[in-house]
Amino acid sequence: MTLISINPAEMVAGIMLVALVLYTLFGGADYGAGVWDLLARGPRAKAQRELIADAIGPVWEVNHIWLIIVIVLLFTGFPAAFSAVMTTLHVPLSLMLVGVVLRGSAFTFRSYDRSKSGEKRWNRWFSIPSVVTPVLLGMVIGAIATGEPGRVVEAGGEVPLFTTWLRPFPLVVGLFTLNIFAFIAAVYLTLETSDRDLQEEFRKKALLAAVVLGGTAWTVYLVARVEAPLVFDGLSGSHWGRPVRFATGAVAVVTLAALWVRWFRVARVSAMCQVALILWGCALAEYPYLVPPSIEITNSASPPNVQKLLLVALGAGSLVLFPSIYYLFRIFKGHTFLLGREKDYQPPNHP
Amino acid sequence: MSNLLAARLQMAMSLGFHILFAVVGIGLPLLMVVSEGLWLRTKDPTYRILARRWARGAAILFAVGAVSGTVLSFELGLLWPAFMKFAGPIIGVGFGLEGFAFFTEAIFLGIYIYGWDRIPPITHWLAGVLVAFSGALSGVLVVSTNAWMNTPTGFTRDGSTTTSIDPIGALLNPAMVSETLHMTLAAYAATGMLVAGIHAFLLLRDRGNPFHRKALAIALAIGGVASVLQPMSGHFSAQVVAKTQPIKLAAMEAQFQTERRAPLRIGGFPDPSTGTTPYALEIPAGLSILAYNDPNAEVAGLESVAPKDRPPVRVVHVAFQIMVACGTAMALVALWAAWFSWRHRRLPEGLAFLTVVTLVSPLGMLAVEAGWTVTEVGRQPWIIQGLMRTTEAVTPVTGLWVSLLGYSTLYAILGIVVVWLLSREFLASPRPDELGLANPGEAHS
Repeated sequence: MTLISINPAEMVAGIMLVALVLYTLFGGADYGAGVWDLLARGPRAKAQRELIADAIGPVWEVNHIWLIIVIVLLFTGFPAAFSAVMTTLHVPLSLMLVGVVLRGSAFTFRSYDRSKSGEKRWNRWFSIPSVVTPVLLGMVIGAIATGEPGRVVEAGGEVPLFTTWLRPFPLVVGLFTLNIFAFIAAVYLTLETSDRDLQEEFRKKALLAAVVLGGTAWTVYLVARVEAPLVFDGLSGSHWGRPVRFATGAVAVVTLAALWVRWFRVARVSAMCQVALILWGCALAEYPYLVPPSIEITNSASPPNVQKLLLVALGAGSLVLFPSIYYLFRIFKGHTFLLGREKDYQPPNHP
Repeated sequence: MSNLLAARLQMAMSLGFHILFAVVGIGLPLLMVVSEGLWLRTKDPTYRILARRWARGAAILFAVGAVSGTVLSFELGLLWPAFMKFAGPIIGVGFGLEGFAFFTEAIFLGIYIYGWDRIPPITHWLAGVLVAFSGALSGVLVVSTNAWMNTPTGFTRDGSTTTSIDPIGALLNPAMVSETLHMTLAAYAATGMLVAGIHAFLLLRDRGNPFHRKALAIALAIGGVASVLQPMSGHFSAQVVAKTQPIKLAAMEAQFQTERRAPLRIGGFPDPSTGTTPYALEIPAGLSILAYNDPNAEVAGLESVAPKDRPPVRVVHVAFQIMVACGTAMALVALWAAWFSWRHRRLPEGLAFLTVVTLVSPLGMLAVEAGWTVTEVGRQPWIIQGLMRTTEAVTPVTGLWVSLLGYSTLYAILGIVVVWLLSREFLASPRPDELGLANPGEAHS
């Protein structure tokens, strides 16, 4: 397959993957920050929580729109895949949305209700769904990879509520997703503060999450052998599987080393690459399927003129979107790029 | 409870909940931008405090609007997978553009809310302008896709297979202009009058407070202009409905028989078993004139189609009467304020006026809910007018009442929390020292 022969539907699928990667890198980090909020203990808990709130406050609404982009691309570009997923995974998706609603509103309520009891309550409403929601998201993605939802659609007839997703493989992918989100959040948070102690605390959390991530990644790989042979065969057998696995491993080592020697900016870049590679690897393993074993990119795609128009709309939208996002991040995340100038850091105003 | 009923109730509840936040998300940014603009021009610190307060309200409402909107984008598929399988490619591009408008709104709202004193004042104000603009744009795009469900265009079919799709043609469907205009004006009218009512209520307790007087003036100006324009846009919408969805119009007006010189029925409670509308005030030939500009025009009645193709006339007619009544009351209050300020060069501040504005304030939101009931229930039994029935679109997943119960509880709790938080924000007048302190570099609250 050469670049020129890529059809518009494959490009739309590729952009969907990019949007999913961006959702993981930005929205995922917000969930991960919620995990660390829940785990904050001891005398430093308050300082950690404040850092987390300041870090995600100005950007979090934006970070979560990537998920809507993924959904819109799916139902416009691949309507058959969309309706298959929404039907067979109705229960975990509905539960996931409850989590999205709870943490999204609680995060904002917390900023506007600074009473002692209020802060405690909204913290809990924010942090517990921050743990549960990523697990459910991962379970949905893991379930699709097993081929079980696809087989239900193929068979027709009654749609089971639980057997499509309450299985070992979706569960380990759910935990893996949670681990990825917590890991990437801890790495980002090392760059959000000029307080050395706070930075050290998040460095330790990042190192811990990185080591555990190695373990969960192996678990996913091993369980895939039995439960999701498509993914396992792709990762182990195909000609690109080995290089992608080695590259992911190499980047993971770089992240660990950089965290160890406190090169936090290097760690951030390599952690982002690591997460992107994991997602690319999984997507390549499933290619050309969207909902295996029978719904593929080509056979579920809407007509080419719709795909082309979608690409034009995405291109035009990006011309507005990326400069705007750059401006937002320059205002509120600029300090995380200033080497040795942390003393100039100005935390965001409380609204 | 049947699965179809549960799915319809969940969709109605989710839309009815989300639309309140969407409406304020379109209206409130305009109010805050006007106020900040007045601060830039006059340097009167009251306007800056006002803009900041309204922005705090906008942030809370935007957050809930964003998450409930995310839920809706999934619910389209979770509840109506067959509808989305067909309609996704046709209306999806509109949703895609809406996604970018929503992105822009969220980005610049973040900059606006967290960026006071961090970026130059003019830039900050421009960020607010972008929030107001992209909020309205995203509303227009979403309503356009709803208009497509009422007047589906932009595709050709051969039997049950779609042979070609023209997403632009679908977006620019016959109901698009009238529906988006009516909804956008509704957002400004409902938000403006709601906010005006809150400040009128506070003025009743604290007459002459300059903060609330300025707030009342801005909110009433925006809400009032929209309220006066709204009946004209409504008339335009009704004429489009008469042409494109005659049976929906018949349900709105409780018109059972097809007839010339059809009367306009005000109020009343239609009885489908007898085909009459007791207790209605009838204006002879009124409907023929309003719908077709001709007293002798023939208006199609509900009985011109088979019973299985008729919408529930009671719900639609009553909802329509509520919407028109609320809109009329709002327009009259707006005209009162306009007449008084034209005569006396200032806003009325008497007890009677402030009381009336307070009483009218929730009517805009009520009209929005009633209007959506007319649009959606009036289209039944179709999910896509004339093409796909709601029964054909519903998900095969069983036990939907659990999901209905869960989301209803969740939204009820959220609604209570939002009202409680907003009342804490808005029911307190700013302290005099706060008004004095309002210069750049002030300590933030």
